[in-house]
Amino acid sequence: MYEFSYHKVASVADAVAAMSAADDGKYVAGGQTMLPTMKHRLASPSDIIDLGGIAELSGITVAGDTLTIGAMTTHAAVAASAEVQAMIPSLAQLAGNIGDPAVRNRGTIGGSIANNDPAADYPAAVIALGATVHTNKREIAADDFFTGMFETALAEDEIITSIDFPKPLAAAYMKFENPASRYAIVGVCVAKTASEVRVGVTGATTCAHRGQRLEAVLNSDFSSAACDAVEIPLERMNSDIHASAEYRAHLVKVMAKRAVDACA
Amino acid sequence: MPTVTMNVNGNSVSAEVESRTLLVQFLRESLRLTGTHIGCDTSQCGACVVHVDGKSIKSCTMLAVMADGCDVATIEGLASEGKMHSMQQAFMDNHGLQCGFCTPGMVMSALDIVKRNGHKLDEATVRKELEGNICRCTGYHNIVKSIQAGAKAMGD
Ligand SMILES: Cc1cc2nc3c(=O)[nH]c(=O)nc-3n(C[C@H](O)[C@H](O)[C@H](O)COP(=O)(O)OP(=O)(O)OC[C@H]3O[C@@H](n4cnc5c(N)ncnc54)[C@H](O)[C@@H]3O)c2cc1C
Ligand code: FES
Ligand code: FES
Repeated sequence: MYEFSYHKVASVADAVAAMSAADDGKYVAGGQTMLPTMKHRLASPSDIIDLGGIAELSGITVAGDTLTIGAMTTHAAVAASAEVQAMIPSLAQLAGNIGDPAVRNRGTIGGSIANNDPAADYPAAVIALGATVHTNKREIAADDFFTGMFETALAEDEIITSIDFPKPLAAAYMKFENPASRYAIVGVCVAKTASEVRVGVTGATTCAHRGQRLEAVLNSDFSSAACDAVEIPLERMNSDIHASAEYRAHLVKVMAKRAVDACA
Repeated sequence: MPTVTMNVNGNSVSAEVESRTLLVQFLRESLRLTGTHIGCDTSQCGACVVHVDGKSIKSCTMLAVMADGCDVATIEGLASEGKMHSMQQAFMDNHGLQCGFCTPGMVMSALDIVKRNGHKLDEATVRKELEGNICRCTGYHNIVKSIQAGAKAMGD
């Protein structure tokens, strides 16, 4: 890892100020992606601005039918939260299956979605649940947030402050995990609200996205059998040492069916 | 260079570090607490697990400066008055180690597992909880047995 200047800040305003003063600064949350990347010298920021000391960025609150999770809330805290378990149990379950206990004690929801790893778990749920991402500048709808492989709608100095999840009627997330890292080879989140069914797919392609073909059939027939008729297009599927495109396409359907059954 | 101050195994320590110094490097190289191991560069093996403010973390994936002001517990802090901690004793009694490289991380994770899941641990729970700790020797069987026995002994 190359040397950098380290800044511990106490407020979002201080973080933004430190970023604008830096040559090539980077925010760090739990560091569970950032530090391994820096160790491999795939990133060598001049300045690291640690969001860990900003108290207002962590915590879980409920207002009416909206669950709000602060960006710096760890995966372990989401998994263990009585509020999350009561409002959206599948989200608590998702968080409890990210990586391993030590990773969950440091990794954060904000870091996970800002990083937008093609195999990360949270993006599928953020999309399926129709969440809203709040930043220090604006709010961004889930559908507009994930823009490409490791790419999001965030500007360089923009900070995610919290994520709002509306309570669904039912939701479930199923992943076929890599046995070493626990990242999703394919993960599918299905959420049913009073007005529609939304499907979020991760791991399958370069970026988490809506499963529109699955949504189309599930909106008229919410059953796992209905998924059988859906053709998952092969062209955009990832193909690597973990799984071929054909296998991933198959897994999308299998995970979707399991998620639908789990919603019932 | 930044100065960090932390409480390690009950002792307050203070030292100058580079910003990029990992907590595990600080423990091993500055404090010479070499019980905490480094087994990978991908944050996957768990040989480096220590507790920071009571929570298990991978000390290879945390900067020393991030632990400034924190309480850190390492494997060296477990034995008292020449007597091994019940969890360490359970690893010895159940042949829970072969080369021993993964053992400090296993024991620190084990204590965290007990803290969150109690003293009666079933095999499935222990195996799931050990997802972040890799052992190249034992095949895990005796590690699982050791943790179950250690958890029980800690409750007795
Ligand atoms: C062994 C291992 C296994 C893992 N397994 C899984 C898994 O199964 N599933 C999964 O989904 N993930 C997995 N992860 C990744 C883990 O969930 C990370 O915690 C997560 O991807 C990044 O979160 P972080 O808080 O550590 O972010 P960091 O690493 O600190 O930051 C990541 C990126 O996000 C940016 N960032 C962080 N917070 C903010 C913010 N509030 N606003 C704007 N930008 C921000 C940073 O600048 C950086 O670019 C694993 C990681 C490891 C090491
Ligand atoms: S050395 Fe920390 S996880 Fe391998
Ligand atoms: S005992 Fe050798 S790695 Fe576990």
